[in-house]
Amino acid sequence: MFDNIMRVRNYRYFWWCMGSIVVAVGVFATQTSSNEPANGGTWQGLVLGVWAALLIVWLTLLGVRKRSYRFRLGTVQDWTSLHVYLGVGVLVVATLHAGLQFGWNVHTLAYVLMFAVIISGVVGLFTYLSYPRRIADNQQGQNRSQLFGELYELNQQGIKTARSCGPEVQTAAISGIQRTAIGGGVLSQLFARDLSRFETLDGVQQPNPHQAPLIDLVSKRIPRADKHDEVTALQDLLVILCRRQAVIERLRKDIRLQGWLQAWLYVHVPLTAATLTAVVVHILVTFIYW
Amino acid sequence: MGKTTGFIDFERNSAPYRDAGARMLDFREIYTEHDVSQLTDQGARCMDCGVPFCQADDGCPIHNLIPEWNDLVYRDRWRDALDRLHKTNNFPEFTGRVCPAPCEGSCCLAVIEPAVTIKNIECAIVDRGFEENWIKANPPLQRTGKKVAVVGSGPAGLSAAARAAELDRANESTIPSYVLLESHSAHAKTIQRYQVGKHVMAEPGYLTLRSDCEFQAGTREAVLDQWLADIDRGQVNIRNDAEVTRISGSKGAFSLALKNGDELEAENVVLAIGLEGSPRKIGTPGEDLPLVQYHLEDPKAFRDEVIVVIGAGDSAIENVLGLAASKNHVYIINRREEFSRAKEGNLALILAAISDPAVAVDCLYGSNVNSVIETPDADEPLAISLNTLEGEVTIACHRVIARLGGVPPRRFVEGAGVSFPNERPDAIPELSRTYETDVAGIYIIGSLAGYPLIKQAMNQGYDVIEYINGNDVEPADYPLLHNQFHCLPFEREPRDVLDLFQRRIPFFSRLNALTFRELILESNVVVTYRAGELLDAAVQQCETLDASLADLPQIPRSAKVIAAGEYLYREGEYASSFFTIVEGEVVLETQGQADVQLSRGRFFGEGSLISGRPRQESARAEGTCILVETPRRIMVKLFNSNEDVRQGVDWIFIVRELKRHFAPDATFDELREVSSQVVLRSFNAGEVLFEAGDIGDSLHIVRRGSVSLQRGVGDRAATVVELRSGQLVGEMALMGDSNRRERAIATVATETIELKRPEFLALMRLNAGNLDGLQNLVSRKLVKTTQMETRPESGGILDFLLSEGLGEATDTLIIDEQLCIGCNNCERACAETHDGLSRLDRAAGKSFANIHVPIACRHCEHPHCMKDCPPDAIHRAPGGQVFIDDTCIGCGNCEVNCPYDAIRMSYPAAEKPSLLRWMLFGHGPGPGEPDAYDGMKNDPEVQQKGKRAVKCDACVNEASGPACVRACPTGAARRIAPEQFIELLG
Repeated sequence: MFDNIMRVRNYRYFWWCMGSIVVAVGVFATQTSSNEPANGGTWQGLVLGVWAALLIVWLTLLGVRKRSYRFRLGTVQDWTSLHVYLGVGVLVVATLHAGLQFGWNVHTLAYVLMFAVIISGVVGLFTYLSYPRRIADNQQGQNRSQLFGELYELNQQGIKTARSCGPEVQTAAISGIQRTAIGGGVLSQLFARDLSRFETLDGVQQPNPHQAPLIDLVSKRIPRADKHDEVTALQDLLVILCRRQAVIERLRKDIRLQGWLQAWLYVHVPLTAATLTAVVVHILVTFIYW
Repeated sequence: MGKTTGFIDFERNSAPYRDAGARMLDFREIYTEHDVSQLTDQGARCMDCGVPFCQADDGCPIHNLIPEWNDLVYRDRWRDALDRLHKTNNFPEFTGRVCPAPCEGSCCLAVIEPAVTIKNIECAIVDRGFEENWIKANPPLQRTGKKVAVVGSGPAGLSAAARAAELDRANESTIPSYVLLESHSAHAKTIQRYQVGKHVMAEPGYLTLRSDCEFQAGTREAVLDQWLADIDRGQVNIRNDAEVTRISGSKGAFSLALKNGDELEAENVVLAIGLEGSPRKIGTPGEDLPLVQYHLEDPKAFRDEVIVVIGAGDSAIENVLGLAASKNHVYIINRREEFSRAKEGNLALILAAISDPAVAVDCLYGSNVNSVIETPDADEPLAISLNTLEGEVTIACHRVIARLGGVPPRRFVEGAGVSFPNERPDAIPELSRTYETDVAGIYIIGSLAGYPLIKQAMNQGYDVIEYINGNDVEPADYPLLHNQFHCLPFEREPRDVLDLFQRRIPFFSRLNALTFRELILESNVVVTYRAGELLDAAVQQCETLDASLADLPQIPRSAKVIAAGEYLYREGEYASSFFTIVEGEVVLETQGQADVQLSRGRFFGEGSLISGRPRQESARAEGTCILVETPRRIMVKLFNSNEDVRQGVDWIFIVRELKRHFAPDATFDELREVSSQVVLRSFNAGEVLFEAGDIGDSLHIVRRGSVSLQRGVGDRAATVVELRSGQLVGEMALMGDSNRRERAIATVATETIELKRPEFLALMRLNAGNLDGLQNLVSRKLVKTTQMETRPESGGILDFLLSEGLGEATDTLIIDEQLCIGCNNCERACAETHDGLSRLDRAAGKSFANIHVPIACRHCEHPHCMKDCPPDAIHRAPGGQVFIDDTCIGCGNCEVNCPYDAIRMSYPAAEKPSLLRWMLFGHGPGPGEPDAYDGMKNDPEVQQKGKRAVKCDACVNEASGPACVRACPTGAARRIAPEQFIELLG
C-alpha cells in the first residue's frame, strides 16, 4: 500500500548511496601504486577513511534522530532508508580505505566489528521487510490482547465443560489448560518452544506439545464413554480444545515473529557501540604510531 | 383631535383660584368649581401633536395619554376619558392637584401661545368620576402573598432567591416575598449527584460573578458547602422536597401544585430547573418506597446486598457492574430481549458479567415489574414481583435501583403554557431581554434557557429578580460588549451599537433583543479599514485593549481589525463560521475570479456551516467594513430556537448550490422559483436514498454527510463510490437512463437537496451551456463506478473504511500492516510532543486487508465532540485539525459524544525528571514510560486541576507536521484525506 524503506521517494536514497560509492571508487582509483600501498596511508586513503568514519558516526545518529520528535529535516523513514543504503555503502568505502589489507590487529578488529554490525543490520532489514506481513496474516485482524482475551474465554468454557466429564478427562483437561505455557524466556519466545504439560489422574505430568496429546486423550475417550451426557460434554470439550489449539498456535507464532523483529537490535546496537570504540582506538593508534 | 382649529379659536382659560380671603377660613379646595363648557373648549385647544412631548419622558414621568383624554373631554365622553386617565395613572385625584405639570411646560402649543390647561382637565376628569360614582375599588381577586416563586435551587435558582432575600432585607420586610422550591432533599440536585470529589470549574474566567451567593472553582463538596452557608447567611426561604408538578394561572396569580398536594400561589414564577429532568419512575405500586432509588452516587457504599437494578441503558449497566464489583448480588431487569441501547463497550462487559458464573449478576430478559412491597424480613426488606418470560417471579432483595432515563422538563414547561419554537429535542423557549417567556410572569433562567455554565446561571438569577422588581439593570456581561465594540469607527454605548447592528441586518431584525445580544457576545466583530492612519490607530487601540485584558485568566473577545482588501478566509480552508455584513462590501471569489459582491445586510459562509467541508470560495473585504463572524455552535443554537433564521440560511444555501452546479450565470431572482420547489431530505446512517432498479425522477445534492453507491445484490453487493457534501447523487436518472443502476445508502447521518425533473429542466433552460459540463461529469463517474464494480476487493476495502467512520473523516491515521513493526514510536512521538500524553492507540482499532485504522481522531466534517462543549473549548484550525484548548473543564461530554473512542479523560502527565533523578531517586516517569506512570494521580495539585479531555490535534502547532507520521521508521503510518482513499484501494 505505502512505500517501504527501500522504495522511499522513488529509490532516492539508493541513488545517493550509489553516487557516494562511485565517488569513493573514483578517489581510490586515482592512487598510483608507487612506493606506498593503497591504504589509509595515502591522501586518498585518508579521505576515504575520514569519509567512512563520518558515515559511521552519522549512521549511529539514527538512534538520536528517532527520538528527536520535533526534528524537522526529513522524516524518520527518510533517515532509516538512507541509513540502510549508506550502511551497506560504508562497507565499500571502508574496504577501499583498508586497501584490502587485513591482519591480526586493532584496525582489522574495527573492520570486523563494522562488518558484523552490517550483517546484523541486513538481518534486521529482512525481518522489517517480511515479518510485518506475516504477523498481520497470522493475527487476522485480532491483536495480541484480543487473542489473549479469546483464549481466556475458551479456558473458562473449557474448565466448565471439563467439570461435566469423567475424572480422568477432567484432571487432564483442567491441568492441561492451567499448565499451558506461552512465551517464557528469550529462547522459548524466539523459537516458539512449547513447554506445556498436563497431569494424569495418578499425578504424573506429561508433556503436551501443541496441545496434541491432550486432544488425543479426549478424542480417544469419546467412543469409550459410558453415558450419553458425558459424550456430549466430551464432544464440546474437544471443540473447545481444538479452538484453543489454534489460538495458542497463533499467539506463539505472533510472539515468535515479534520477537525476531526486535531481537536483532540486541545484537546490532551493542555491536555498534563496540565498532565506534574500535574505530576511535583505530584512529588514535594510527595517529600515535604514524 | 376634536377640533382642528381649536387652538386658534379658543384662548387658554385656566380655572381660577378661590378668593384668598375665603380660602384662609377653611381647608377646602383652592380652585373654583369646574366649568364644564370651558373645559371642553380647553380640551379642543390640544393639537394632538405627532410627537406629544407632554406625554414623553420630559412631559409626564408616568406617560399619561394626555392628547387622548383631552380629545375625549372635548367630545364630552367623560367616562372614556376617565378610563384612559386611569390606564397610566392610579391617583389622578392627587396629581391633578399637586403635580407641577411639566406637561404644560412641554406642550407644543406653548411655543407660540399659552399651553393647554392639561392639569385642570385631568383634575376635572377624576372629580367627575367621583361625582358620578364611576370610581370603585378594584382589589385583586386573590392575594398571593408571594411576589416570586423560584423553582429549582441550582446555581440559577439559588442566586435568584438570594437576591430576593437581599431585596426583602433592604425593604425591611420580615415576611419573605418569594419562595425557593426544590424537589430534592437538599439544594442543587444536579451538583449533589456529581461523583464525590469532582472538581467544579468556574468558566468563563473573564465573566464577573454578580450574585449574593459566592462561587469559585473547587470540589463538588466545597461548592455545595459554600452555597449552604450562603443559604444560612442570607436566610433564604428554601423549601426542600417540594416538587412542583403543575403550574397554572397567569401573571399576578399563578398557582403551583406540589407533589404532596399543597398548592402555592405567586405573582411571578422563575423556572431554574435545568435540563436533567426528573428520573422516570417504575410506574407500579411501591415506586416511592424509601429503598427504591432512582440514582446511585457510589456503588461502593453497598456490600453483600441483593440489589435489583431495573433498566438496560448505559447507566443501568454501569451501576450493575459497579455493584457487582463490590460483592453484591445483582439482578438486572431488562424489558427487552437484548441490550440494544447500550454502548458497545458496556454491552460486552455486561454480557461477560452475565455469562460468567463467578460474577453474581443475573439478567431477567423480557421482564416487567408488577409491584414492589416491603416485607417484615429485616434481612431482605423488599420483595419485587416481576412478569418474566417464564411467568411471575418474586425476588427478595435489599434495595431496588431503577435507571429508566429522565423525563425531560419540556413537557412540564409546556404545561405552564410556555411554547417552544419547534419540536427539536434541544429547542429552547424564546425569551425576552428580561428572560420572560411568552407567558407573562413566567421567567426561565440557567441551562433550560440555553446557558449551561454556573456563573452565567448565577448572574441571570440575580438579574431576573431585579427585572421582576422593575430595576432595568445592565447584565453583568455588559463590559464584554464594550470590549467587542472598542475598535469600531465610531463611539457609542453598546446598547446603541446593538440596536444599530440589528437594524442593519434584516435577517436578524426579528430576533428578540436577548438572543441578538447573546449572538454578538459569542461572535467576533471584524472591522476593516483602508491602509493608512486610521488602520494603524485602530490596530494600536486594539493592541492596547488586549494588553490591558491580558491579566485576566481568559481573555475576552475584542474586535478583530484587518486592512481592507485582506481575505477573511480562503478557498480550501477549514472553518465553519458564518458572516453577516453590518457595513461595507465583501467580494466572494471562486478560483481567483470575483464571483459575487455582497453588501450591507447580506450574509455568507453558510456553505461550510452546513456541510462541514472546507470553504468553497474566498471572501475579501472591500473598503471599510464591519462584519459579524458567528461560530457554528451559536448558529446551530439559533437554528434550534428560530425557524426564520434556519429557513433563511437554508434557502441561500440551496440557491448557491443550484447556481454552482447547474446555472453559474443565473441571478438570484431567476433561481428564486426553482429553489422554493426543491426539497430538503434527511437520512439516518444506513438509510436508503434509492434502490437499484427503481425508476428515478430526481437527483440529490449531498448537503452534509456522505452517501455510498452499491452495485450487485446480497452478499455480492459492494460499494463502488462514496459521495460527499457538494457532490451529486443519482443525476443519471435525469440525464438519459431513468433506471437506477445503484443502491444509494447514507453512510453517516446525511442531508440532501432533492431536485425533481421539472426543476432540473427549468434550471437547464436557464443555463443550457452547463449541460455539457454535467454530461462530462456523468461520463467520468460512470467509468469510475464500473471499474470499481469489476474489482470487488476494492469495494470491500471501501466498505471497511466507511464502516470505520471514514465517510465523515477529513484526516485519518492509517497504518499499513505490511510495514508496521509495532515499535510504538508513533505513540511515543505523540506523547513527547503533547505534554507526555499519547493521543492515539496504535494496537487498538480494526484491520482489514492489511489496512489498520487505529484509535485516533478522524477530524470529522461535523465533529461530534464539538456538539456539546460548555466552555466552547474545541475548535477547528483553518487546516481542518480539530483540537481542544486550555479552557477545557473536564466535563467529559466530548468523550461520550465521540463515536470512535478517540477522546479520553486524563490527568496531566508527570513532568519528566532528569535521567539521574529518575535513576537515583526514582522520581517521575522514566524513559519510554509516558502513559504508564500513575504517580501523578495522588498529587493534590494534579487532583485540583482534575482530568482533561485529550485527543489528537493532528499536531496543529508543530511546524514539521504530524509527529506520529514523521516518527514512523518504516513509513507504515500515514494521514489520509478523503480524496486519497483511492490510494488505499490498491
